[in-house]
Amino acid sequence: MNSQSLLDRDSFIELNARSRARALLDAGSFRELLGPFDRMTSPWLPRQGVVVQADDGVIVAKGLIDGQPAVVLAIEGTFQGGSLGEVAGAKIAGALELAAEDNRRGTPTRAVILFETGGVRLQEANLGLAAIAEIHAAIVDLRRYQPVIGVTAGTVGCFGGMSIAAALCSYLIVCREARLGLNGPAVIEQEAGIEEYDSRDKPFIWSFTGGEQRFNSGLVDAYLEDDSTAIAAQVRTFLRQGRPDSLRSDCYAGFLARLAEVDTRVQATPAAVRELYKKGFQA
Amino acid sequence: MEIINFSYPAAATAHGQILVGVVGSGDLEVLLEAGQTGATTVCVTTSVDGCQPVWHALLERFFGSGEGPALRVEINDFGATPGVVSMRIAQALEEMNAAQGK
Repeated sequence: MNSQSLLDRDSFIELNARSRARALLDAGSFRELLGPFDRMTSPWLPRQGVVVQADDGVIVAKGLIDGQPAVVLAIEGTFQGGSLGEVAGAKIAGALELAAEDNRRGTPTRAVILFETGGVRLQEANLGLAAIAEIHAAIVDLRRYQPVIGVTAGTVGCFGGMSIAAALCSYLIVCREARLGLNGPAVIEQEAGIEEYDSRDKPFIWSFTGGEQRFNSGLVDAYLEDDSTAIAAQVRTFLRQGRPDSLRSDCYAGFLARLAEVDTRVQATPAAVRELYKKGFQA
Repeated sequence: MEIINFSYPAAATAHGQILVGVVGSGDLEVLLEAGQTGATTVCVTTSVDGCQPVWHALLERFFGSGEGPALRVEINDFGATPGVVSMRIAQALEEMNAAQGK
């Protein structure tokens, strides 16, 4: 890797959510639903003295991928850490439900979700949680008809209830800059102590939850460089493959079996996690 | 958080809708669309209280001449510096002009 190859590359991470959605759809097919000028903003943030964003941080983009109908749901990680409140969550859940309805009526709409989120928006706690539960249900519904593809490129990563949503996807794509985990580092440090988990130690954090580790542990399906063209190509590859033979979330018995093997008396290391998960997730 | 409204005389109505920026730390989003003929309105929602004179001076430079098209401007600001605000407004106006082939 030299500087010229980096300059030639079209970074995906540097794009905002709307541009990321555009980069994944066939050229010229992008059409936004409930866009910023519809002003479907959070009714809860202003009451708590927080400035809204006109699209509430979620872009619902309809269009074509490989000439087939698709919807891309892109979360803007820069706005409130990509957190999901009532409106943002409902935009994703509603779009996924409509995609499933499309399939039942004979239109094979596929979905791609760009996870850049810390999970629920604390200012809208219960409504955000309810919306995330609806997103989970909608992914499980839609993936019966078409692959649902998750991408977490970075640098916010994907945490909380939305990490469960990511794990429910038919295929998951990450970059090195991404992190994927149920609890964020600061929360783990608070619960487990700084000796166990130092949230300020970035190499340490990425060594456990970063994209490379998650790929080598078998928790995601593709590990890519930060390159828009490569990510768009991988999305198309997975869509052409169709629904996978087995879903990761169906292997919960195997996951529980692996977890039961963990010796919590010794400090976990990234290498030990890889070794354990390399055994696979069959019970 | 503060909401501040401004109004300026303007020429004929503009066309199109432009969005630039993001409501992230130190940044803002600017939404431009057609206003009522003869008036440009600017609604600023900002996370920083007490900066009304700064907004007044800054917006006056862009819209104070009364010669620009009539716009409805909405700004959602998350602590951007005046320099960043100026660049975002300039970016939005430039994109609007480009969209209208000027």
